Amino acid sequence: MKKKFKMENLDCANCAAKMEEGIKKIDGVEDVSISFMTQKMIIEADESKLENIMKEASKVVAKVDSECRIIL
Amino acid sequence: MKKNKKTLYGICITTCLFLTLLICNSFNIFVNVPSILLALIYIIPYGIIGYDIILKAIRNIKNGQVFDENFLMVIATIGAFGVKEYTEAVAVMLFYQVGELFQSYAVGKSRESIKDLMAICPEYANIEKDGVIEEVDPDDVEIGSIIVIKPGEKVPLDGIVIEGETMVNTAALTGESVPRRVKVGDEIISGCVNEQGMIKVKTTKEFDDSTVAKILELVENASSKKARTENFITRFAKYYTPVVTIGAILCAIIPPLLLGGRWKEWIETACTFLVISCPCALVISVPMGFFGGIGAASRKGILVKGSNYLEIAADLKTVVFDKTGTLTTGEFKVTQINIAQDNGIVKSEEDLLEIAAIGESYSNHPIASAIKDAFYTIDDIEVSRVANVVEIAGHGVSAEIDGKKAYIGNVKLMNNENINLKLDNEMNLNNSGTVVYIAYDNQYLGQIIISDVIKANASDSINKMRKAGINKTVMLTGDNNQVAEYVATQLSIDEVHSNLLPGDKVSKLEELLKQQKSKEKLAFVGDGINDAPVLTRADVGIAMGSFGSDAAIEAADIVIMDDDITKISEAIKIARKTITIVKQNIVFALGVKFLILILATVHIVGMWGGVFADVGVAVIAILNSMRMIYGKK
Repeated sequence: MKKKFKMENLDCANCAAKMEEGIKKIDGVEDVSISFMTQKMIIEADESKLENIMKEASKVVAKVDSECRIIL
Repeated sequence: MKKNKKTLYGICITTCLFLTLLICNSFNIFVNVPSILLALIYIIPYGIIGYDIILKAIRNIKNGQVFDENFLMVIATIGAFGVKEYTEAVAVMLFYQVGELFQSYAVGKSRESIKDLMAICPEYANIEKDGVIEEVDPDDVEIGSIIVIKPGEKVPLDGIVIEGETMVNTAALTGESVPRRVKVGDEIISGCVNEQGMIKVKTTKEFDDSTVAKILELVENASSKKARTENFITRFAKYYTPVVTIGAILCAIIPPLLLGGRWKEWIETACTFLVISCPCALVISVPMGFFGGIGAASRKGILVKGSNYLEIAADLKTVVFDKTGTLTTGEFKVTQINIAQDNGIVKSEEDLLEIAAIGESYSNHPIASAIKDAFYTIDDIEVSRVANVVEIAGHGVSAEIDGKKAYIGNVKLMNNENINLKLDNEMNLNNSGTVVYIAYDNQYLGQIIISDVIKANASDSINKMRKAGINKTVMLTGDNNQVAEYVATQLSIDEVHSNLLPGDKVSKLEELLKQQKSKEKLAFVGDGINDAPVLTRADVGIAMGSFGSDAAIEAADIVIMDDDITKISEAIKIARKTITIVKQNIVFALGVKFLILILATVHIVGMWGGVFADVGVAVIAILNSMRMIYGKK
């Protein structure tokens, strides 16, 4: 299942790449793409695990850039 | 925005303090000040300008982000403090912040300009309730609701006009500002602008399924399908930063040990390396370029579903077309009228057309419609003159006109009715379409040829494609060989394959794909109606004239909103220009970084140069990419 989320304060293109890499490693995530230009994240993941995945993803995002967050 | 303002104030204050310090310095005021005290004085502007970067660096280090650019900047500037280059330290931090601010401004601007391009999203829909018009969120309008669209408003949802008549402008959807007339019973598509009268529309789709929502989603998602170049550069950045950082460490230790002394100079070089090692200029240069390309294309009514498709479109060498609806209009029209000589009944083409039109007046067959349309341009059809109309499936129509028997149909009908066609006398027999024979009062009067009309600009567009570097054009069609050959010759298409079933089209396309050289790409252009499998199979699937057709939007990689095939060559041009800009950005960013690395190693350039190689280059790359958006319209 694909889902789209807005991102806030995503200021650096390299950070987006790092976040992508981190989120891909989360269990249940099939694919993820973060667009620095549109400030959006499209995540393809197991729906039943989505809540957990998003929690983990938020952690990854905060780790890379503490000011950036996913708008859930 | 708030954050940018804070940075801006920081920059202003720091610049003032910094200039004061520079002036003091040039009057030798600090000569006798102990260096510890001097460092403390310089720490004030440094702290003002760099505190948020320092904080971020500390936070990120806690999170294990070692090669974070904030951290690299902090280490570099602390290093500069360490070797007593206080002015450099403050200046580097200051320029870094100025560059970052400018960069965020430029990115923001180009994001906005894309949003403006796609300013088709309707904010509200008018619903009439008990005679009062109420504005509601388009999301809340159910299928089958009646909405009111006033002049000047955007059509919020797809639907059918049930009251009123107006002109709508589809510019936002198609890039073409020719208004279209819509009247009761016509379909209307969201995203158009109502230009004249008030209309009432019965909605046929929910907002999420309506054209406008589909298009917005498509464009928004486009930058998440990343191009090869983009993936390459992020991978490159992953190694680039650590390598340069290690280079910096080596720079600080090895040369002084080997060459003896001069620690200060080499530590400065190392600090410059650290500044250059920031990857952002590189990483931003690529998506910015593609973003600009996608934006420029959508302004022309060409929707590109991903950066990767622009990359492929730039390498196109072969274009494969579907015939009907793509090269031809898909509408049947009377293209030729031949009167049988010495028939004694009709003298002019108009007379022949009139008999055919009257005979066909009750039929809805596409051929009948074509004949009637052709006659309507001359006169009204006098329906009262016809009686006893019988439609004979697969043959044609028999009717009584002014009391005498008339037959309008194919050869089979004529043979059944024993009409002598005298075909050997027929001049100018044109094989490009369907031939309709007309007989009246037991006499053969002539024939009307109806064909699918080649689009007016088709030939021109194919020439333009050739000029844009396409070296092979192919046409696939389900029609018979004669029709296919005729169209292909008219348009000088290189290769034709006719009599194809939808499944055959896929296998033909696969054959063509195999003939390609490895770096050459193939596009299939279709109207999206029966082409979905072929569109998917090609390197790039281009769907045309398909606004409103969900299947086409779904299956294609590039969607041309109106049915103007000249847009294909435009799309190729935009793709090529985008790739050029992306390449320029990469070469420029990498080139400057390496150049400054070398110059820093030989101590020609200091940390200032390093800052230029980072944020300066990023800003220039962004400006270069914006050429796509603000370039010629």
